[in-house]
Amino acid sequence: MRIVVAMSGGVDSSVVAGLMHAAGHEVIGVTLQLYDHGAASGRKGACCAGQDIHDARNVADRLGIAHYVIDAEAAFRKSVIGDFADSYAAGKTPVPCVRCNQHLKFGDLLDLARDLGAEALATGHYVRREEGKLGPELHRAADEARDQSWFLFATTREQLEFARFPLGAMPDKTEVRAEAARMGLQVADKPDSQDICFVPSGSYADIVARLRPDAVFPGEIVDDAGTVLGEHQGIARYTVGQGKRLGAASGQVVTRIDAERRRIVVGPRGAGTRLVRFGEPNWLIDRPDTPFRATVRLRARDTPHPAEIDAAQGVVTLDEAALAAPGQACVIYDGTRVLGGGFIT
Amino acid sequence: MTNLPSRAEPLYLDANATEPLRPEARAALIEALDHVGNPASVHADGRAARQILEQARVAVAVHFGAHPQDLVFCSGATEANALAIHGLGTGRPVLVGATEHDAVRAAAPGATIIPVDADGLIDPAWLDARLATMPGALVCAMAANNETGVIHQLDRIAAICAMHGAMLHVDAVQSAGRMAADHIARGATSVAVSAHKLGGPKGVGALVMAPQVADRLMPLIRGGGQERGRRGGTPDLPAIAGFAAAIGAIRLADATRLAALREAIEDGALRMGAIVVGGAAPRLPNTVCLALPGLSAETQVIVLDLDHIRVSAGAACSSGKVARSPVLDAMGLHDLAGCAIRVSLPWNVPGDTPVRFLAAYRRLAARALRKREGFSTSRETPVPDVAELV
Repeated sequence: MRIVVAMSGGVDSSVVAGLMHAAGHEVIGVTLQLYDHGAASGRKGACCAGQDIHDARNVADRLGIAHYVIDAEAAFRKSVIGDFADSYAAGKTPVPCVRCNQHLKFGDLLDLARDLGAEALATGHYVRREEGKLGPELHRAADEARDQSWFLFATTREQLEFARFPLGAMPDKTEVRAEAARMGLQVADKPDSQDICFVPSGSYADIVARLRPDAVFPGEIVDDAGTVLGEHQGIARYTVGQGKRLGAASGQVVTRIDAERRRIVVGPRGAGTRLVRFGEPNWLIDRPDTPFRATVRLRARDTPHPAEIDAAQGVVTLDEAALAAPGQACVIYDGTRVLGGGFIT
Repeated sequence: MTNLPSRAEPLYLDANATEPLRPEARAALIEALDHVGNPASVHADGRAARQILEQARVAVAVHFGAHPQDLVFCSGATEANALAIHGLGTGRPVLVGATEHDAVRAAAPGATIIPVDADGLIDPAWLDARLATMPGALVCAMAANNETGVIHQLDRIAAICAMHGAMLHVDAVQSAGRMAADHIARGATSVAVSAHKLGGPKGVGALVMAPQVADRLMPLIRGGGQERGRRGGTPDLPAIAGFAAAIGAIRLADATRLAALREAIEDGALRMGAIVVGGAAPRLPNTVCLALPGLSAETQVIVLDLDHIRVSAGAACSSGKVARSPVLDAMGLHDLAGCAIRVSLPWNVPGDTPVRFLAAYRRLAARALRKREGFSTSRETPVPDVAELV
């Protein structure tokens, strides 16, 4: 069948393209240009394309498949970078990768794949898509260390129907790299990508500061009773659960960010809440009408918390209190299966 | 959209990106490859090489209405445009049309932009008024636009420039080979041209000048003293021979045939809901810019490519990204600019092209129609680029 492969230029999606090609599919590689790399790297006059785009193109040439670069800069600016800064300014801790998956990879790119007459869109995400009795299910990857299911909770059932994740069953990254080497791909030894692709220097606060200067205005660090313990240099530099940059309040952790009053509220380590509310829900099952037991993960690398979920109200009641950062995802699992989730409010 | 790979021959409709090599050019190029001599050498082989070079110079210069001694061979039109702007325009106020090619705009970053109307045409009255305040200016106006094929009224522009004592540099890359090109005889002070856009080889072009400015040209590359000291470096003799042969093979009468095929494509596309960009202006016989509201230009280009039809959209970047067209933006097309593709017929275009193109285009048009309901007219967000952030 005709299948579009989202090729980032990294080893994972390159191997996906190779696997799909070897399986006899008509593979169309597509690379999304998300931002002007020349500008982002600070090199005036540098090409807008980063090395990743050239790598993706070289892999496609090597495999002998069609390859196109799509200008997704405007959509990325709006849906991902704009949301990123706005979230921080609102005292939240955003997950740009979820927005990018939601709006670009499984939004615009999936639309393009349909326009091109493709029957599926394959990506290099480490998740498994299993055919269940009631349609496709999303499961954690075989390689627990690489699992990306938390980042994909917002994928709709319709999108999941069209998506393929050939790396979900890979035992580990070593095997993926070995596969790339077997295919003769130059990217076999390429280092893994960074956490936030559009923050080349690693200083996300600088980007937030340019877009939303209000997010880096100084403010007070207070305890739960409102006693001022110190000063901070912008709420964007904090996330719930953080223990750093607290000055006189060191030893404690951030329990809440009050964006309106530009206050960082701290409490003792181990503080937390049992009640977690989430919005913008996405369900990969029919939304249960009555509360049910499941596990939730509140951060990308989190241990599962047993909880009771009230889907209708968008409320999770944890068995044991934990710190939940607004803006992060609350993803609901049944064992390895993703049932749904939402953004912590 | 069909999922069956078509066995059909690819249909090449991207002549404005590059024309297929003309057989006459191929023959001349291959023949010249076997000449050992360097045109700068004094011996017999050098003289023979020099003869090829000078014969080519005559053929190309005459085509543009110029004297052979006023022609400088170079690597192509990007270099020729840069050479004209830096070599003739340094120290002068420079004016550049809003729809000029990036090769021109990038060479004159501080230039005054000459606005164009919705059809992509320069307003002569605007130019007249502005030049009155800018003595000794250099005006850059392309003969025909690469994306829309819109032809500028160069005779009027040349007359206005002459009246104000301004120089007129013409980027004739797209018009050369497709319409009369004697720009120097008609008042331009310099003309940039590229061989591969008229059926010659890639990598060679020329700056052709009027006699009154030719001696003033300041070179960009000096070493070696070639081209009368105006462009250093051993000339690419085989490419230059191919260039001249391509010029010799141009038959402007072919324009009638191209225009008829172009009309057929245009008529069919219009009936399917397409919009012809610059449709009210005089245009090159081989070019049509078709907008299909609801379907992005890059999607259209890819779908057609998968159907073995080669067209372009916007300005190609080295990343291969289809960037938004500054030409169409300058014409005030807004959202339509992101939905327009360029169909440009090559000199050897097959006669069944309209039928084949329209069969594929019909599927695109149907898809666009289905999507038009959800077509967003929203503009760019005010969120700045990462470029401005880091």
